[in-house]
Amino acid sequence: MNTFRSLWATTWFRLLVGLAIGIVVLFVLAPAGLSDFRLSLLARFLCVAMVAVGIGLAWGQGGMLVMGQGVFFGLGAYLMAMHLKLADAGPGGVPDFMLLYGTGELPVWWEPLRSPAVTVILIVALPALVAGVLGYLIFRRAVRGAYFAILSQALVAAFAILLIGQQQTTGGTNGLNGFRGFFGYDLNDPANQRMLYFIAAAVLVGMVLIVWQLRRSRFGELLVAVRDQENRTRFLGYNPALVKTVAYVIAAVFAAIGGALFVPIVGIISPADVGVVPSIAFLAGVAIGGRATLLGPVLGSIAVSAAGSGLSETFPAAWTYFQGAVFILVVGFLPGGLAELVGRVRRLPARRRLRPDPTTASTTGITSGIDAPGPDTERIHA
Amino acid sequence: MTAVPRRPIRATLALAAALTMGLSACGGAKVSADGTAAANNAASCVDTSGDSIKIGFLNSLSGTMAISEKTVNDSLNLAAEEINAGGGVLGKKLQVVTEDGASEPTKFAEKARKLITADCTAAVFGGWTSASRKAMLPVFEGANSLLFYPVQYEGLEASKNIFYSGATTNQQIIPALDYLREKGAKSLYLVGSDYVFPRTANKIITAYAKEHGMEIKGEEYAPLGHTDFSTIVGKVRSANADAVFNTLNGDSNVAFFKEYRNAGLTADTMPVMSVSIAEEEVGGIGVDNVQNQLVAWNYYETVDSPQNRTFVQAFKAKYGQNRVTSDPMEAAYTSLYLWKAMVEKAGAFDTAAIQNAADGVTFDAPEGKVTVNGQNHHIAKTARIGKINGTGLIDSVWTSPGPIDPDPYLTTYPWAKGLS
Repeated sequence: MNTFRSLWATTWFRLLVGLAIGIVVLFVLAPAGLSDFRLSLLARFLCVAMVAVGIGLAWGQGGMLVMGQGVFFGLGAYLMAMHLKLADAGPGGVPDFMLLYGTGELPVWWEPLRSPAVTVILIVALPALVAGVLGYLIFRRAVRGAYFAILSQALVAAFAILLIGQQQTTGGTNGLNGFRGFFGYDLNDPANQRMLYFIAAAVLVGMVLIVWQLRRSRFGELLVAVRDQENRTRFLGYNPALVKTVAYVIAAVFAAIGGALFVPIVGIISPADVGVVPSIAFLAGVAIGGRATLLGPVLGSIAVSAAGSGLSETFPAAWTYFQGAVFILVVGFLPGGLAELVGRVRRLPARRRLRPDPTTASTTGITSGIDAPGPDTERIHA
Repeated sequence: MTAVPRRPIRATLALAAALTMGLSACGGAKVSADGTAAANNAASCVDTSGDSIKIGFLNSLSGTMAISEKTVNDSLNLAAEEINAGGGVLGKKLQVVTEDGASEPTKFAEKARKLITADCTAAVFGGWTSASRKAMLPVFEGANSLLFYPVQYEGLEASKNIFYSGATTNQQIIPALDYLREKGAKSLYLVGSDYVFPRTANKIITAYAKEHGMEIKGEEYAPLGHTDFSTIVGKVRSANADAVFNTLNGDSNVAFFKEYRNAGLTADTMPVMSVSIAEEEVGGIGVDNVQNQLVAWNYYETVDSPQNRTFVQAFKAKYGQNRVTSDPMEAAYTSLYLWKAMVEKAGAFDTAAIQNAADGVTFDAPEGKVTVNGQNHHIAKTARIGKINGTGLIDSVWTSPGPIDPDPYLTTYPWAKGLS
């Protein structure tokens, strides 16, 4: 018992245990126990969880309330969807919806997406560029807290309106759908849907590991420092805008990859999946899981998606009320998310240790406000 | 603040190892899952052995479309109840599985997949917006299952896996234009919500106007849910067209008609022809704001036929005397009966048998006799131009001489060449 305790105290051991559990659940139990339909549903939840991992970094660690991740999710998704549409249309072909509702000619900016390689590069590079430029401009002017939240939400609203307005080239409210293949694989084949699930699971595990590493790194410490005391960090000679921008870019790229995988798994992307409401839904999962923890965002996001899907199947007419009730309960009684519950249960034996548990410390540290600009009294004893 | 333990090299190595592991796992799956040759291997799991058969109702019970789609769900349930009371289909009772599309296309796709593959329903009834139908179409084609779609729409579609029981453009929009032209309208102003149906409808209207020497004085779109129409109504007013063709959807109609009336425009000075306002919506807009305005549909609660009297009576008995019946509700009700007739003609529940049996199947619907076209899966319907009366109901002012054959691609209209 004692040896387990001391082993448990090392991050490495905990990582290995967590990783092992995660891999057994994702790669063995889920594929063995779930039907094709349920597995592809889980694959969709994993794509949403990728966005959550990024939000966990930007919001939980960096204090940026990113209410507009739909933009990056949408960029990744639309880039992938455009490529799949072009691949279905064949060389020189034009996507079906353009023939029906457009001019029947392919706009120039669609052309590069004929190439699979360019598409994959753009899915990462375009959101990174947008988030990098935008983020640096915003953070250099020290736009924080609610102002940043409003800005990011306005951005996502504008993005959705733009997509709806350009029906001839983006599919409008219908979005893009009816994909037959995914890089040469038939999407109607259940075996290929399983393959997509494994890709999504592997990517998600990779993202969690990247964030785990970032949190331990010098950059991770800087990010938390900027979150809690931006000015002090600046006086120490660091550039807070740059630190925040890096975290914002990583979150954007994760969201874009989630979006890109969402498209072949779900078979459709429309402005309804990238607008204001889904952007808030991304946040909800992170908040419920616990934004400041490593696995809280992932588990919270999967739980919220699964609950939404499950409740709506059981109570098709009243499920939204249940969902709302869960949100109110968590926000009202567990502001640090479900991860806080774990911490509270652990502290029940009431044996105060000298060093506070790192997870609970970082959770309680930011329950005070969205950006935790933190008067000194808030953090001074942490 | 405690110092951070930093072991970057070890950590990075572990990260790389883990990533490689993850990637090789999916690499393995990719090789074994090379299914490019497997075309349509989705075997139907519909259980026809028992004394009941499962069907799915997929309507938005939450979200912005819920107010409209709940009424369709009600009339579908009424039809299912009636059919069960009459002994079911091929001796099997209907067992309804209800799912919520939540007004989101993605949700519709997910729930359609669930109804087909997890619940194994024999057919699915529902959908409203074009976006929801477009989202479901690949799911039904991929699984080779059947969807019955009950709402008038923009045409330019004919999937073998969808039966369209609402009007296509030549059964609603073109009769509406003919009516306006007959009444002497020489110019039109087009107002619509910004999505596929209004944009496609306006494309057709513009081509029609060009052919018949009518002038389009302007074309305005408002985002779905938009409620500030002072600018648009101002433009409409100063353009002074003979009539307005309105393809706005949902809440926007309330704001539009209030503004229209405020601006002093009436049905006498500048009539508005609407294609998305039925009995259900009139109450929300307020009868005073839309009285005497024109609408185009295939069915009104006031249609005088024994079938309709029975339908309206049964609906009010089940859901309350203050409820109204409307075109999409009637089309949904009809679609369930059409499916029943197709199944009985085919003697089987499977998709191929129903597709083969569909042509020529008829039903004496509340709107009149409807006939399925086996080629394009639409149905022949009677067109009706209506005028909204003081009680919020709609009176027919013009009825087509008989059911109009569906022509979703407008191939019989020379002026429509190049639209599709």
